[in-house]
Order: sequence, then C-alpha cells, then structure tokens
Amino acid sequence: MKSTIKILVWVLAVIGFGVGLYGMFLRITTGDRLADYGSYIPWGLWVAFYIYFIGLSAGSFLLSTLVYVARIEKLEKIGKLALFTAFGCLIAALLSIWMDLGHMARVGNVLLHMNLDSMMSWMGILYSSYFGIIIIELWFALRGDLVETAKTGRGGSKALARLLSFGSTDDSAAARAADHAKLRVLGIIGVPLAIAFHGGVGALFGVIQARPHWNTPLMPITFLIGALASGGALLTAVVYIWGPDESKEKLNDIMKFLGQIVLALVLFDFLLEISEFLIGLYSVAPAERLPLEAILHGHFWYVFWIVHFLFGVVIPVIILFAKAVPKGRPDKPAGGAIAFACLLVAVTFIAVRFNIVIPAQINPEIPGLQYAFGGPGLKYTYLPTAMEWLVSIWVTSFAVLLFLIGEKLLPIVKSEHREVA
Amino acid sequence: MALIDVERHEIRQQMMDDLQRALKKPMNKRHWAMVIDQAKCVGCTACTTACVAENHLPPGVVYRPVIEEEVGKYPNVRKSFLPRPCMQCDDPPCVKVCPAHATWKRPDGIVEINYNRCIGCRYCIGACPYSARTFDKGFFYTDGTPEIMDYEKEPSFEYGKEWPRKNRESSPIGNARKCTYCIHRVEKGILPACVTTCIGDATYFGDRNDPKSLVAKLLGSPRARKLKEEEGTKPTTTYLV
Repeated sequence: MKSTIKILVWVLAVIGFGVGLYGMFLRITTGDRLADYGSYIPWGLWVAFYIYFIGLSAGSFLLSTLVYVARIEKLEKIGKLALFTAFGCLIAALLSIWMDLGHMARVGNVLLHMNLDSMMSWMGILYSSYFGIIIIELWFALRGDLVETAKTGRGGSKALARLLSFGSTDDSAAARAADHAKLRVLGIIGVPLAIAFHGGVGALFGVIQARPHWNTPLMPITFLIGALASGGALLTAVVYIWGPDESKEKLNDIMKFLGQIVLALVLFDFLLEISEFLIGLYSVAPAERLPLEAILHGHFWYVFWIVHFLFGVVIPVIILFAKAVPKGRPDKPAGGAIAFACLLVAVTFIAVRFNIVIPAQINPEIPGLQYAFGGPGLKYTYLPTAMEWLVSIWVTSFAVLLFLIGEKLLPIVKSEHREVA
Repeated sequence: MALIDVERHEIRQQMMDDLQRALKKPMNKRHWAMVIDQAKCVGCTACTTACVAENHLPPGVVYRPVIEEEVGKYPNVRKSFLPRPCMQCDDPPCVKVCPAHATWKRPDGIVEINYNRCIGCRYCIGACPYSARTFDKGFFYTDGTPEIMDYEKEPSFEYGKEWPRKNRESSPIGNARKCTYCIHRVEKGILPACVTTCIGDATYFGDRNDPKSLVAKLLGSPRARKLKEEEGTKPTTTYLV
C-alpha cells in the first residue's frame, strides 16, 4: 500500500513537473500578461500558494522542535523527516512568491535596500535566517548518518554523502551526542524564528489598513495556528508514508499522538475562523461584510463549504475523533485512516489560504472605480488563469520531487529503519 | 466662498505665476498641492485622457480616473464626479510597505517611485486606500495587430527621466505606477496635463506653502475636504465639495 502511494506520488510529481514547465515557459516569455491579477486585485493564486507553503513549512519545523528541543522520545526518528519536509515546503513557498514579482531579477533589492517599516523586508530577513537555520539543523541532524553512509554506503548515496559530510569523519556516539546538543540550541533559536516569520506573514496582511478584512490584530495568530494545523497534518501524512518502518504498535502510537495534535489544532483553527466570521458579519460596513459574504455564498462558495469545511474540517475531524482519540482497543491499526485525514487537512488548506488572499480585495476602495476606466487588470473579479495554475503545479511538483529525491539519496530516514517494500 | 472664487481668465495666469514663484524657492520650501472643485467638474474625462497621453500610459494603467456617482431618485437625480489622481499623502501607506525603498515622499510633497528599484511585488497597490496605484503588465494598444507601433514605444518623462517601452521586460513595465502631479512638467514651469486640459477649470495646482498662491487660498475654504480623511494618510490632494 505504502509503496503504491510512493509510486503514485512520484508519477504525479513527474507529470506535474512536465506539464507545469509549459506554464513556466509562458511566465518567462509573457511576464504577467497572462495572469488574471492586476491593479485592483493585485495579489492572486501565487500569493495564496506562498502563504500555504510557508505555513506548511513553519508547522513542520515547529513540530521538529518537539524532537530536538522538547525531546519527545516517541518522535525521535521523525525529526529529520520533519526538517526535510519543512525545507521542501520553504523552497516551494519562496519559488511561489518569486514567480509573483513583476521584476524577478530584482528580488535582492529586498535585502539590498531594506525598509524596516515594511513587513515584506522583515520577511526577507527572517526567511534568510530561517533558511540558514534549517540547512544547518539538517546538516547536524544528518551528519552522523552521512559519515556512516560515506564509509559503508554504495553508489550515488555514498558519493553524495561523502560530498555533503564536508570532510567530517567522526560518527562515534560521542560525536552524535554533540550534534544533538547543537541541534537543541539551533531548535531553541528556531522556535522564536519560526513564530516570528509566520506570525510576520500574518502581520504582512494584518497591517494593511486599507483592507479591513486583513486589518485585524488576530491575523498573526490565525496564521500561526493555521500553519501548525496544516504543517502538522502534512507531516503526519508524510511520516506514515515515508517514515521509519516501526513495529505496528509503535507506528500506531506515533500516528495517534500526531493525530491528536492535528485534531486539536484543526478545531482551534476552526474556532478562530468562526469568531472571525461572526464578528465580521455583524458589521454593516461593506468592506467588512463583502469579503465574508463572497466566501460564504459568492461565486466560489464551494471553496469554503466543500473544499475547506467538508473535506478540510468535518471529515478529518470525524476520522481523527474515531481513530486518533484512544478508546477501548488501543492496538487496533489506525495509522492509514489518520494519515488520510491529515492529508485531507493539509491539501485542502490551500482553500483557507485562497480565501484569505482574494476576497479581501474584491471590495472597491472607492465605489464605482471599476466603471471609471477600463483596461486589463482594472476589475474587481479574479479567476486564476491556466498559466497561473500551471506555474503553481510546477512549483509544487518541483518541491515534491526535491523531497522524493532527497529522501532517496540522503539518510533522512536511516536505511535500517526504512520500510522493506 | 463663492462657487467660482476667481475670475476665469485669471485662474491660469495666477497658477502659472504661483508656479514660477515656487520654482525659485529651494525644493524643500515648496509643497505641491492639487485642489479639485467637484462643483465645477462636469465629468468630461478630458483630464484622464490628457494624463494617458502625457505619460504614455499603456492599457490597464490609469493615473486619474473620474468616478461617477448618481445621487437621488428620478426626477430629482444629479450626477457628481470624483477625479482621483494620487493623493500624494503626507503619511503615505504605500511608502511604508515598500520592501525595497523604491518609493518615498519627496520634500516637495510628491510621492516618487524609482522604477528601476521597484521589484513589482504590488504590496503598495494593496496598501493604498485610494487604489491610486496601478500595475503595468506590459500591454500595448496595438497588441494583436501585425506590428507594435513605434509611438507606443516612445518614452514617458515621469520624474524628469526617460522611460521608453522598448521591450516588455524593462521598467516601468512590471512596476507599480501612479500619478506624479506631472512633476516633469511642473519643474519646467508648466502646469500638470490634467490642469491645463480641464474644460471647467475645476483643477487647481500650486505651492501650498505660499500663502499668496491660489491653492493655499482654496485650501482655506470651508468646502475643502480630503478623501477618506479618517484613514490618517493626510492627503495633499483636496476636494471642494
């Protein structure tokens, strides 16, 4: 079963990468002209994918700190997997937002001409730091195994391990213990950093006074809880498929533990959502009401009701309550069902991100502006074009392939812990 | 204050004189301001068109749309018009959010954009409460015809520099753009294009720091209002309602 899923993911990622290349070709050759975002709705699908992936990354990373900082024993073997998942999602997030720039070659200006009043400049600083931390953490987490693979491995893995171990040759227990001590320090630095950068993404939207739907002090908190829920869910699904081949009981134990965390986070996230909707809908101001009405019963009502509410909340919550919350028979296998529920949460979370980015922009800042002057991009409707979807498919597939190749070549999950397919 | 406070033939001359006086001062001693008399605007959109022509604006980019509003019910209906240039806010939200310091408030009151530094993230567009910034996606009016006409590639002269549209990659394509109060004209002693083309003399321009200037006098009118004053952006552009 797991090996079938792995093959399926490989096939989907390769197809997505190939098909998405056409979108990338169009993006490079035609610029922004084939995208539907414009002047009145300046941010579209790629921004939604950016906050989606960065949330998955932050959530995954924060869960990795359960291993390296809180040292929860049962999760010990999934620490590297959590870090590597966070790394893959970070790459996808950075690529998504890079594609969105009108001048992609000038991305360095964010650091070169930094404006500390701008949340986006802070993103530049915090992502660079996070990127650094995650790479260093991954290296220390993998170092011992890389040295071991460089000594005893075969073929491509051996060569890659030798290259990536950067001359390090000590894989003794003492050296590994020293690595763990360093990982703890890095993890401790990483926690506030991950909270700052993902809370910061929330703040990036929250500070925009001109868009009341975004302009709430709860935005950073909502973003963090969403990140933990979606990132935790993704990691749980990843652990089930690519995780170490544990005994049934142990795997069950890990999956239930992670399943309970995800369940609590999904419910808390939903609570925040209910609060946002009830308060917003009480208002009579169009800038407050219109985005919420568009989410609930606009043209794209199904993004909220079907994709998010049904497949992202109701079904996963029912499954997780039934399978992850311990009942009479704790040994009954539940891993597959929990993984499926978590995969649903992780995948459908893009609907939440989409509903954060787009509806806030549909209310004309000056009533009637859309009728004053016509032209491409001077409208208050938005539907992602085929080019936009293809680019996002390529970015997603690229990150998935990066994960799959890394998982194959690097000792993310040690070979003796791998499932024998 | 009367509906028309200045004799029509005197308006242009006075604004030209105001301009010359202001230009003799150091840049940080003058503060350009625009006053729009909504009671005099007939909604002809000559200003919008003049602005497009002056700044060589491509499809999808507009600096000064005129928003129409219908008030009342038949038979008591009337229309009001709101020309909307950049507000050149004294506390501009677009400047605050720019991650690359590509836009800033000049000492003479103009919010300038450095097109060559702008990364095209469009954060400023979302942050402007007046939707005064638009995104140049790189369209040409003659797209879809056998040849992109040369007149579309001619440079605009925003901020006193040349911005040709030679290809679809170079700035201002891919940038956020907005009204500059035609500062390239103003610094040569010519009034903004929207002011000179206004058929009803509904748009006034000058140095608000000069108490003798026409705009400074009009800013003292009890009819003077700012757009969305509650946003705290302190717009320079002022309306007489």
